[in-house]
Amino acid sequence: MEKYYLGIDLGSTTSKAVIINDEDKIIGRGITNTRANYTVATEIARLDAIYNARFTLLKNKLKEDIKNQPEYRKYIEDLEAAFQFLQFKRRLDRLVVQFKDVIEQTFKNEQKNKIENFVKSIVNTISPEIRSEFLFGNLGSKNQFFRDIVSEKYNKEVGKIDIKFFEPLMLVYDKSITPVENELTEFNFGELINQSMELLNDKYANLDNTFSENSSIKFDSELNLLKGNYKKVYDTLKEHIQFVSNIDIHIANMVGTGYGRALLPFPEKSIKSEILCHAFGAHAIFPNTRTVLDIGGQDTKAIQVDRYGLVTSFHMNDRCAAGCGRYLGYIADEFSISLSELGPLALEAENEVNICSTCTVFAAAEIRELTNVGQKRSDILAGLHKSIVMRAMSLISRSGGVRNEFTFTGGVSRNPAVVKYVTELVRKNYGQDLTINIHSDSIFMGALGGAMFARLSN
Amino acid sequence: MSKEVKKEKSMVIQKEMIANLFKELSNARETGKKVVYTFVPGNISELILSFDMLPVYPEINALQSGMRKKSGGFILDAEKTGHSEDVCTYVKCDVGMLLNGNIGPTGEKIPNPDLLLLSYTGCFTFMKWFETLKRLYPGVEVAMLHTPYQEGGKITPEMTEYMVKQLKEEVIPKMEKVSGKKYDEEKLKSLLKNTSKTEETILKIFETTKNRPSPIDAYFAGVYYIGPINSGFRGTADAVSYYEELLKEILERVDNGLGPITPEGEMEHERFRLVVEGPPNWTHFREFWKLFYDMGAVIVASSYTKVGGVYDLGFRVDPEQPLESLSKYCMNCYTNLNLEQRVDLLSKHIQDYQADGFLVNSIKSCNSFSAGQLMIMNQLESRLEIPVGFIESDLVDPRYFSYSNIKNRLESFFQMLEQRKIILSR
Repeated sequence: MEKYYLGIDLGSTTSKAVIINDEDKIIGRGITNTRANYTVATEIARLDAIYNARFTLLKNKLKEDIKNQPEYRKYIEDLEAAFQFLQFKRRLDRLVVQFKDVIEQTFKNEQKNKIENFVKSIVNTISPEIRSEFLFGNLGSKNQFFRDIVSEKYNKEVGKIDIKFFEPLMLVYDKSITPVENELTEFNFGELINQSMELLNDKYANLDNTFSENSSIKFDSELNLLKGNYKKVYDTLKEHIQFVSNIDIHIANMVGTGYGRALLPFPEKSIKSEILCHAFGAHAIFPNTRTVLDIGGQDTKAIQVDRYGLVTSFHMNDRCAAGCGRYLGYIADEFSISLSELGPLALEAENEVNICSTCTVFAAAEIRELTNVGQKRSDILAGLHKSIVMRAMSLISRSGGVRNEFTFTGGVSRNPAVVKYVTELVRKNYGQDLTINIHSDSIFMGALGGAMFARLSN
Repeated sequence: MSKEVKKEKSMVIQKEMIANLFKELSNARETGKKVVYTFVPGNISELILSFDMLPVYPEINALQSGMRKKSGGFILDAEKTGHSEDVCTYVKCDVGMLLNGNIGPTGEKIPNPDLLLLSYTGCFTFMKWFETLKRLYPGVEVAMLHTPYQEGGKITPEMTEYMVKQLKEEVIPKMEKVSGKKYDEEKLKSLLKNTSKTEETILKIFETTKNRPSPIDAYFAGVYYIGPINSGFRGTADAVSYYEELLKEILERVDNGLGPITPEGEMEHERFRLVVEGPPNWTHFREFWKLFYDMGAVIVASSYTKVGGVYDLGFRVDPEQPLESLSKYCMNCYTNLNLEQRVDLLSKHIQDYQADGFLVNSIKSCNSFSAGQLMIMNQLESRLEIPVGFIESDLVDPRYFSYSNIKNRLESFFQMLEQRKIILSR
């Protein structure tokens, strides 16, 4: 039986899980932003990684067929999107029930009816939108959390309603989202995959209707491959899909890391510092890495590693969170935009406003002041992003500078404006020819390092 | 770890020595003995004792207040009188203690100074500290002894001449005036003979960490070991016999293959050997120490135990050249070495004592130690390819000791060392 290894990274903002095989190749990734508790977070991330691993195993199993038959690749991609949608839908259904309960407990008489109708109307609008974005826009692959997706759409709809209902509608949302997000929803993979296949049959059978009814859905030429052919593909792949659904993914060993690691029910030798894990993971992906910058939710780490991926020194911020992911979250709240919009907006800047504040709380005051004097939002955001990176640069120099290839990891490395300034400033300070690595899996580096330690110590 | 903590004979002797000194200090007014306040780095206690005067070390009092959980209150009282948040917390703790009646670690009152002997060695703050004390003790005599920094990495004959001149023209005349006694060179020589023996024994004690397991912790226990020589007993017969007894006990531990003694008994399994740079935190000393011994980490050498004198590089006082010896002693203290010399010394320790890693405890309010620490760390990392770690705390301000931050960093550091051992052994 093939052996697999699990790494769990319990961060301050998100919890990640990675499953690797005997060759240190990632076969499954799971991530959650639940703030329930670390046990629930671990389970959600772990189960997610196992579901994801089954799709990887399916792709690996059909590797040669996929090469020759592009419709297989498209079908499997669509299948995963449908699967993710069904997972999401279960949560959304649960949220709708929670909305009802909260409205029942919070409001009375006429107001209750009005709020109930508004919420119903919002759900009726956003549900098909979400379905369509999952099935035709592959929303599931964009690493957005349940909360982010729902809140963006919910807020947009609330904005269309009379302002006097703003507060009660937001109250309903705020009171409902957390308990739902914190619930562990376990799925039967086999059942859900069968439903996903049915959903795809339905999707392909109704392609003409969908395109004519919804102009926002872009025509996808790859879909043509499946349009008249999907039943055949379904018949061929079904057996393989069933096989992968039933594989026992045997986790031979696991290692936990991150801020919550001490709370994991793992033996002491299976708990590793996140500094070691991030460095080990980053070094495995980019073996010439000698300096790692990791910006996570609550801390920033500059790590120096040797040729084996072993840490030789590190520096962390400790007395102030300015410069970390939470700082960005706070700023996003100040601007009333979602975290994922922050970086792209900053990239639209024409001028960078100089933000001198080194404190998250004081930075907010500075933002208000700058807004009052008429500075553009994008320009302020550009300055804020640069100030975060300036702090990271200070940590890097304290830890000894950039000695060779530089790898940027952690959740904040997904922010394009931070990436822009990191690249600019690292090159400016340590050489224009320096190799800078940022991997699409960079948020999973800690969990990957953990999984690799699990394999090594097995 | 063995839970039974046996009081070694040397511990009892040290306790008695310190208690007697504080008793003598509290009776100084009655006995007519004059009191000199001075500093640990470059403490020319032999000269003070040769005039039959009693020394007081404000830094030692401050660290004792830190260990007795009194420094937090003292610091707040000093801040009320205008000392800013960034001032050295030893200074603020000392000022706060003074404002609260100057009650020392044994519960007895410490007498006011008759002389402030500012032996200014490697720390600019000392000057401001005694300026403050001068204002708080109006009319007190002040003698300034400036120790030239070893900027060029060596002691030149001119530097020694400059110091001897200050001793002859400034310090000795002030001491004669305050004590009412003439300078007695023979008495000083006789005291320095004891110093020379003591320095030799101390070096032997700290060299025992070459053994595996190391029989002592050269940082957490080391600060106790350097207690007598840094708190008034340089040049005394008491110091000679204390250190001989201590060495005897430690050599017995070596013979029996025993590890260091901790507050919770003997450390049975030595996992990591470290060299540490920077003073310890005093307000949470026991918790701080526990973070190390719980992990099986023993400190085989530390720079802080050399703050009152470096004996590792061959320097010994020469009783036949008393004033030159006192001068060279001052110039050889750790914080008076330039940064390259410090790197060389630490590098030698890491190699001689086969350390697995190097750790800096950076002190928020101590400029004399903190300046250059990152450079020292980076140089050692690249020169010796050794894992290095960096933690931050403070001397005696309890507000700046974050247990979880330090624990988190130390855990990572120890795992770095552990992982290195595992991977490199493959």
